[in-house]
Amino acid sequence: MTEPTTVGGGGPGIFGPPPRRREEGARGALIAFFSTLVFAGLALWAILSSDAWPRVQQQFFNPRHFTESFPTIARGFWLDIKMFLLAEVIILVLSLIIAMIRSLRGPAFFPLRALAVTFIDIIRGVPLILLILLLGFGVPALQLPGVPRSALFWGLTALIISYSAYTAEVYRAGIESVHESQRMSARSLGLTQGQALRYVIVPQAVRNVIPALLNGFVSLQKDVALVFVVGIREGVRAADIYAARTFNYTGYIAATLLFLAVSVPVARFTDWYTDRDRRRRQVMSS
Amino acid sequence: MNKLELQGVCKAFGDKEVLRDVDLSVAQHDVVCLIGSSGSGKSTMLKCINLLVPIDKGAILLDSAKITEPGVNANQVREDMGIVFQAFNLFPHMTVLDNITLSPRKVHDIPKRQAEDRAKELLARFGLSDKTNEYPDKLSGGEQQRVAVIRALATEPSLMLFDEVTSALDPELVAEVLNVIRGLKKEGMTMVIATHEMGFARDVADQVCFLDGGRILEHGTPAEIFTNPTEPRTEQFLQRIIDAGRL
Repeated sequence: MTEPTTVGGGGPGIFGPPPRRREEGARGALIAFFSTLVFAGLALWAILSSDAWPRVQQQFFNPRHFTESFPTIARGFWLDIKMFLLAEVIILVLSLIIAMIRSLRGPAFFPLRALAVTFIDIIRGVPLILLILLLGFGVPALQLPGVPRSALFWGLTALIISYSAYTAEVYRAGIESVHESQRMSARSLGLTQGQALRYVIVPQAVRNVIPALLNGFVSLQKDVALVFVVGIREGVRAADIYAARTFNYTGYIAATLLFLAVSVPVARFTDWYTDRDRRRRQVMSS
Repeated sequence: MNKLELQGVCKAFGDKEVLRDVDLSVAQHDVVCLIGSSGSGKSTMLKCINLLVPIDKGAILLDSAKITEPGVNANQVREDMGIVFQAFNLFPHMTVLDNITLSPRKVHDIPKRQAEDRAKELLARFGLSDKTNEYPDKLSGGEQQRVAVIRALATEPSLMLFDEVTSALDPELVAEVLNVIRGLKKEGMTMVIATHEMGFARDVADQVCFLDGGRILEHGTPAEIFTNPTEPRTEQFLQRIIDAGRL
């Protein structure tokens, strides 16, 4: 039996920890709180009392520039969010298909497998920003009939292609983590390769890689801003324009805060989920 | 007409010969037990029959049709054959009911309701009704293995293969699984069983094959093999089993 411990300061349940431990937990939290307070106070005091602080404040933390720049930057950031959500949904589906193709067995599927491997290798070998430039400027310039000419469309496509290659590898790791006997047992029941993947392997594989997928979410949520290089006025570009016009960088800070407001909670959630998953597995295997 | 026939089957993994020139005839309703030490080729033989492992030479016939010919649809062949593995291999992300109905629904296109009714019937017959909606990790080893048997039976195969199905079980759980197999024999199921349970083999088999180094060294009725083995290797093997107190 394991001793009961307080995890994350959760309140005591019916079978809560014995009083002694609880007192220790409360005392520990108190000490942590005050030491953090003292430490943060000292750091803040050091920064604010420095000679350079007034200049830093003027350039980066200027309330007037903040209120002035914020609405445009927030509008641009809203485009970032929309791009992120749309791209993520497509990436999750597309990369799973690529990973499944790569996991097919048998000589008959060799061409499909080779295609998937080539795609993944090439796309992962090209800098994302180059891919965005290539598609975002290149394809519209071709002026092909029936092909969209929007830089936003092609910039986003580049982002989706690139992330799909990476995410496909995440899925593949998950697929390979499912024991071979599961595949064999599915095949022995008469399921085709595709059915075995769909009903037996992939559901287990996805569960195994959810933390890695969430990690990719955090990364993509910031990388959508890269489409600014093909002239999309999203959050970062809006901040950039403001800075170029006013020679004040408070707009960058505004954009930074907006990105943090989304990515920090997602990162916390990832940690929380990974932790919970790990504990569940430990319970299961004990 | 033989239900199953192996003719000169050979299989090697790299340079390791696992099956050498194996011949075997299994009549309808016959129960054949494969005995022999670990690594003698019992498991591989069953996987070859189920087409999970392709053979190098020879032929396997099911109901007189060659199933090892190129162009034979392995999935179709497997629909008529159930296999149960040593490690149960239940699908951990599905409930017991979903484990059992997956193949009937997706491979045999049986409507969900009908497949579930049939599964519940089987669960009741094997005394597992209260586990219908449980996940496999909540079941004991014996229960999991019985579910695995039911899962293989759900598609109504005419031939069942058992690959050391009690080897991973706690001793006190072995009987419940063996009794299920005894029940199947009473119903006339044709079965090929790889096993280390000699008492069970003697009791249930119509034919016993002793495998050694990938060959069927000796075969005959349980009485012949267990009381009057002709090959010294068989005798040696049985003596070791007796010494271990397992016969």
